[in-house]
Amino acid sequence: MTYIAKPKLHHPSLTRNRVGFTRRDYEGKISTLCAGCGHDSISASIVQACWELDVEPHRVAKLSGIGCSSKTPDYFLGQSHGFNTVHGRMPSVLTGAYLANRDLLYLGVSGDGDSASIGIGQFVHAMRRGVDMTYIVENNGVYGLTKGQFSATADQGSRSKKGAENTDSPVDLVSLALQLGASFVARSFSGDKAQLVPLIKAAMKHRGAAFIDVISPCVAFNNHGGSTKSYDYVREHNDAVNRLDIIEGRAAIEVIQPDEGVIDVEQHDGSVIRLRKLEADYDPRDRLRAMNFIAHHAAKGEVVTGLLFVDPESRDFHSHLTTVQMPLNQLETAALCPGAEVLEKLNASFR
Amino acid sequence: MTASTNDFVIKFANVNGSGSASANELFAKAILRMGVPVSPRNIFPSNIQGLPTWYEVRVSAAGHLGRRGGVDLMVAMNPQTWDADVREIEAGGYLFFDSTKPLPQGMRGDIEIIGMPLSALCVKHYDDPRQRQLLKNVLYLGGLSMLLGIEPAVVEALLSEQYKGKPQLAQPNIDAFRLGRTWAQDNLKFPLKFGVVRADNVGDRIFIDGNSAAGLGCVYGGATVCAWYPITPSTSVAEAFEKYCHKFRIDADGKRKFAIVQAEDEIASIGMVVGAGWNGARAFTATSGPGVSLMTEFLGLAYFAEIPATIVNVQRGGPSTGMPTRTQQADILSCAWASHGDTQHVLLFPEDPHESFAFAADALDLADKLQTPVFLMLDLDIGMNQRLCAPLQWNAGRTLQRGKVLDTEALEGGVPFGRYRDVDGDGIAWRTYPGTHPVRGAYFTRGTTKDADARYSERGPDYLDNVHRLKRKFETAKGLVPQPIIERAHRPTSLGVLYFGSTSPSMHEAAQRLAVDGLALNLMRIRAYPFPDTVRDFVLAHDHVFLIEQNRDAQLRTLLVHSFDVDPARVTPILHYDGTPITARFIAGAIRERLGAIAIREVAA
Ligand SMILES: Cc1ncc(C[n+]2csc(CCOP(=O)(O)OP(=O)(O)O)c2C)c(N)n1
Ligand code: SF4
Ligand SMILES: [Mg+2]
Repeated sequence: MTYIAKPKLHHPSLTRNRVGFTRRDYEGKISTLCAGCGHDSISASIVQACWELDVEPHRVAKLSGIGCSSKTPDYFLGQSHGFNTVHGRMPSVLTGAYLANRDLLYLGVSGDGDSASIGIGQFVHAMRRGVDMTYIVENNGVYGLTKGQFSATADQGSRSKKGAENTDSPVDLVSLALQLGASFVARSFSGDKAQLVPLIKAAMKHRGAAFIDVISPCVAFNNHGGSTKSYDYVREHNDAVNRLDIIEGRAAIEVIQPDEGVIDVEQHDGSVIRLRKLEADYDPRDRLRAMNFIAHHAAKGEVVTGLLFVDPESRDFHSHLTTVQMPLNQLETAALCPGAEVLEKLNASFR
Repeated sequence: MTASTNDFVIKFANVNGSGSASANELFAKAILRMGVPVSPRNIFPSNIQGLPTWYEVRVSAAGHLGRRGGVDLMVAMNPQTWDADVREIEAGGYLFFDSTKPLPQGMRGDIEIIGMPLSALCVKHYDDPRQRQLLKNVLYLGGLSMLLGIEPAVVEALLSEQYKGKPQLAQPNIDAFRLGRTWAQDNLKFPLKFGVVRADNVGDRIFIDGNSAAGLGCVYGGATVCAWYPITPSTSVAEAFEKYCHKFRIDADGKRKFAIVQAEDEIASIGMVVGAGWNGARAFTATSGPGVSLMTEFLGLAYFAEIPATIVNVQRGGPSTGMPTRTQQADILSCAWASHGDTQHVLLFPEDPHESFAFAADALDLADKLQTPVFLMLDLDIGMNQRLCAPLQWNAGRTLQRGKVLDTEALEGGVPFGRYRDVDGDGIAWRTYPGTHPVRGAYFTRGTTKDADARYSERGPDYLDNVHRLKRKFETAKGLVPQPIIERAHRPTSLGVLYFGSTSPSMHEAAQRLAVDGLALNLMRIRAYPFPDTVRDFVLAHDHVFLIEQNRDAQLRTLLVHSFDVDPARVTPILHYDGTPITARFIAGAIRERLGAIAIREVAA
């Protein structure tokens, strides 16, 4: 397919943010996904979140694996460097990129096949390491790009479009991420922008591995009665535990509702995530309770969404590695090469 | 037996994990310090404790560093391998053994037997069982030093260096060494038919293993990211990198100017290297054949997406349950053509640790300049054995060559940018690092579905443009890689030899021997793929060319024939692949045998 220039149409949001960009500046090429695909809604939320966060587009690096979901980085943040890597291996490439330059914001986009099937190993280890990134899985329970086979997140008992039943038990990436030590774990739904945009913003502000599992119906292969990832199913079963807004230290960018039942979670950079708890006792700082909560509701056939866990004290991989503040890709010869004289001494020690 | 003063082979047969490694290494180093060249080789099993392990030291005043074959003095410390060890001794050679227990019946009559009651001496002098075990090795070192004429002061100095700052360890070792010497002096017949006499044949050469040299080369070459997964025989590359980074890359605040990740597997290792390379950091991984197999999907992506990556492949016998502790040059094709689609990769073939160091740094430069994966092809023989070689060399003032990168000023200045445009005609396009400029220079990286401006395209002409440019780039690489080295025979000849990598010392020795027999050979040492055109010229300039390789299928020959469409009949493969390092005996023998079937045309002087 060839590149189609996007027409300069009227756009609802041409106001400039604090760094001088309009929402349009965060968009990318025109999407080639099926009309109505949940993934496109997620792209729109990413655009909105980055614009609201006032990040300069070129300070974001977007990486993905392979799949319909992994194609989407071409459809947002056109001023950012992007990398469509190989199937299931985005986490390692993102990790390497992050090691090279700790100053950029890293956004990893993946699918459920990409992350829970072929790439589950890399998913697991990236979470363990605490790579500073926002990792979004656009979860539709199928392999969209290869036309509708089950992925590892498909529910047991669900049926494919061709009628086959899935007998394998599903991988729940959210529970897995919690167990592996991810310091920010959330779940949302592609159709719920009001919930998703603030979650993406909070994830991008978070230091460490921030994981968001976004249920994202595939209109082509997984939006029918037997599927637990279809719009209707999710709408009905959605048990939104909480909702959040992000407040930047310098100025509030969201209107905050009255204080009733609110928890403030302070982040490393001083910004505050404000959680509007829908369930009075839900504290997203408790990893164990989050795991229980999810399991408890899953047993009832319910999908919980919202910010399920956040560790405000999180550290990232660079701090574990004690690397210098200056990005490694900017270090020059003098900083890296011990030089000829030192080599003479080394030679002497090898005699 | 051909052994003579400063020219013999001694082999230590030990049990893995018995503490013999350090004693044996000390033995080799002592001879070096006496100015006599040695080349030691570890022959070891793939386990940590209990299985047989050998350390073979060739002493050669003439400086032959290849494996010789045959053993003149066997230090047989392992009952498990006794029979085979005894068989390996050349007629007229010596067997040195622990005579605490009597010799078995039916010993060979054509060798001389030297018994030293090592265990009994240990039991008599030491109480602690662990100390008995360790000092037993030092005892035989003492005995051997007396028999062979190794200067005790040299050994004692080495022991003191080894236990620097730990006098409580140094003294018992020195005492045990003296005890061994005294016992040998009082009880054994010496000198032997050969021994060591101080000479001046080492010069300023150094003694180091190829993996350490490669790891250090990566420090000098400016690598900042290392992602790896342990695999014999490559592990010590990453370990050396780490060691030297801790020495040279920690800033005043204790912060590190490097990042090392032991990844979950080789796929992740190369993924991280690719990510770091994409983002402008110099990155490498170290692995062996099975690891390269796992990396191949990424290598294809890196080739087509044009991302710098350095892969140190320390070759061994494959597959995973193959011969991990034996040496081969059998990953030539799997690396040169790694991955799906029409891929080709740059390979560098160092001959020894000196070049392992130099080529490691060069590989990092080349990867950046060519924006592609570059393999540094070591093998176990170079990688895991200490080898006498020229001192490591670094030009003062050398800087990292980052290749064609447009920075903020260039973009700001309006330099037009299209990620895959061949602006300079060398097939190498300009690139940008992520985050360079707010509105210029961003592009989307993917495999081949793209046009010269990195926009999505599945059009045939765009595909062709791209892969033809990649071909041009590979042509450019021919001029950038280390060039082959030719050594001409003392007289004109119609016979040529191509060789590469760890075959080098044995090849030189073989050529010398054949020259003595009146056979003149022009030698060309290939140091990189893609082969510069001089390799083709060399083949065409000779009636017959022998190509020496350490694999079964003549893999380099396949590449050669493919690269230049040369008539395969011109290139006779000589192949050694049983897992032991190739020897001059083997090469000379094989060339003589092949020549029997070839009519040699004399070339006028
Ligand atoms: C190594 C490899 N195996 C198989 C494929 C084929 N493949 C492409 S996308 C895909 C599944 C993608 O599923 P998912 O990650 O859920 O993405 P979706 O299309 O559903 O968004 C597969 C199997 C591939 N590209 N690479
Ligand atoms: S196949 Fe499914 S996942 Fe892929 S673009 Fe269409 S709707 Fe989206
Ligand atoms: Mg999917």
